Amino acid sequence: MTRYGYYPGCCLYSWANEDDISLKLVGKYLDIEFEELKNWTCCGSQPAHSTSRLLSLALPMRNLSLAQKQGLSELIMPCTACFSRFKIAIYETSQDPELLKEVEKIVGYSFEARVKVMHPLEILSQEEILSQITKKVKRDLSHLKVVCFYGCLLTRPPKVMQFDTAEYPMSMDNVLKAIGITTLEWSYKTDCCGAAFSIIDMDILVKLSVKILEEAKAQGAECIVTCCPLCQSNLDTRQQEIEKKYNNHYRLPILFFTQLMGLAFGIEPKELGLDKHFVDTESLIAKII
Amino acid sequence: MPSIQLKNNNLGFREELQSQTDQNLMACYQCKKCSAGCPIAYAMDYTPAQIMEAIRLGMRDLVLKSRTAWLCASCETCTTRCPQEIDIAKAMDAVKTLAIKEGIKPAIPQVYSFYKSALNTVKFFGRTYDIGLIMGFNLATRQFFKDMALGLKMFKKGKLKLKPDMTFKGIRALRKIFSQVGKIERRKRK
Repeated sequence: MTRYGYYPGCCLYSWANEDDISLKLVGKYLDIEFEELKNWTCCGSQPAHSTSRLLSLALPMRNLSLAQKQGLSELIMPCTACFSRFKIAIYETSQDPELLKEVEKIVGYSFEARVKVMHPLEILSQEEILSQITKKVKRDLSHLKVVCFYGCLLTRPPKVMQFDTAEYPMSMDNVLKAIGITTLEWSYKTDCCGAAFSIIDMDILVKLSVKILEEAKAQGAECIVTCCPLCQSNLDTRQQEIEKKYNNHYRLPILFFTQLMGLAFGIEPKELGLDKHFVDTESLIAKII
Repeated sequence: MPSIQLKNNNLGFREELQSQTDQNLMACYQCKKCSAGCPIAYAMDYTPAQIMEAIRLGMRDLVLKSRTAWLCASCETCTTRCPQEIDIAKAMDAVKTLAIKEGIKPAIPQVYSFYKSALNTVKFFGRTYDIGLIMGFNLATRQFFKDMALGLKMFKKGKLKLKPDMTFKGIRALRKIFSQVGKIERRKRK
């Protein structure tokens, strides 16, 4: 049993709950356990880094100091925005000792051993884990037509994130291959879904997300699989609005890759939160079960 | 296209942004890859490359009053592709921070309202409180019933929590971080 520290971030227990429950269930099948970081707080995300550099560093670093105190050597974060902010905080403070001192003073803790911050995909796409994943497959998903949508922050900027490749990542595609799916190739793997414009300005969100839905449909995809809570939410909860605006039908279920893994492992759809989606997942599930 | 007078350019502005971002913003040679890859450039008054040039020329007013930085989605495409390794997304952050510091009204006020509303819930509750965030944003932007249907549907599906999550310890320590950062930034302003 491998145990990893776990940082859920603000959305994993609310609007992106399917990401959390499917990851933990899939983890059980792979002998992976998650130990939640006690007393974690928000990483600040875009509101922090757009308004205060110090705040945007202090908020993640506070959590890292808690992780050190708790004796965690890794911290897994399914939210790619949190993942990005933590990696940037570590990167910037390691490049600038004066800045690190300033942040340490604010947080009230000096950093010795650095906690390794990882995204679940980093673990699940490792060679040894991929072969374990294949062994657990109980249902045939090989006939599914799927595109992988990575979003912006998982791999960018490459200097900081140091995971997969920035322009055409394959880690999620490889995980899906391990459960028997040959993913479709497409050119919108890392395009921006519009992020927080879902709340700020829907005109922009619609314009950005429609391209992703259009291209997925043009490639013949039956669903879009993603690893970012905000991407999933935007493409799922706003899909109907986008359809209305463009007078088009997509009806593309938007799944977290761990939900598809869970279905492959034989887990019931409801346990994976597949009943919580806005775009109906039943017709997709019917193709599997 | 009207000619630009550089009599009133402000090179100190350029230096300030460079020190804020630890970037050599002068290294830009206008290859336009940033503008080409920017998903929101279509909505901007000045493209990312134009803003970079304006920064180089010390055009403080133009840069701080433009829509560009406020429209930035922080997708990091520009930063990834810049052949001179300039972190352009970070420069956009610095522009927003400086505009706020100088008391310049954001060209797209809703963006700043969103940031404020989000950070307020973090300062108060430690973890973002979705309903508080949306209500604060709707109030600030006078769109009182915006996304009510969406919110209701999300609540019915168990995706929205009525109460903020306050199940952890250390909210005081977190609020102290906010106040300390505020103090340091006010001190730097003088």
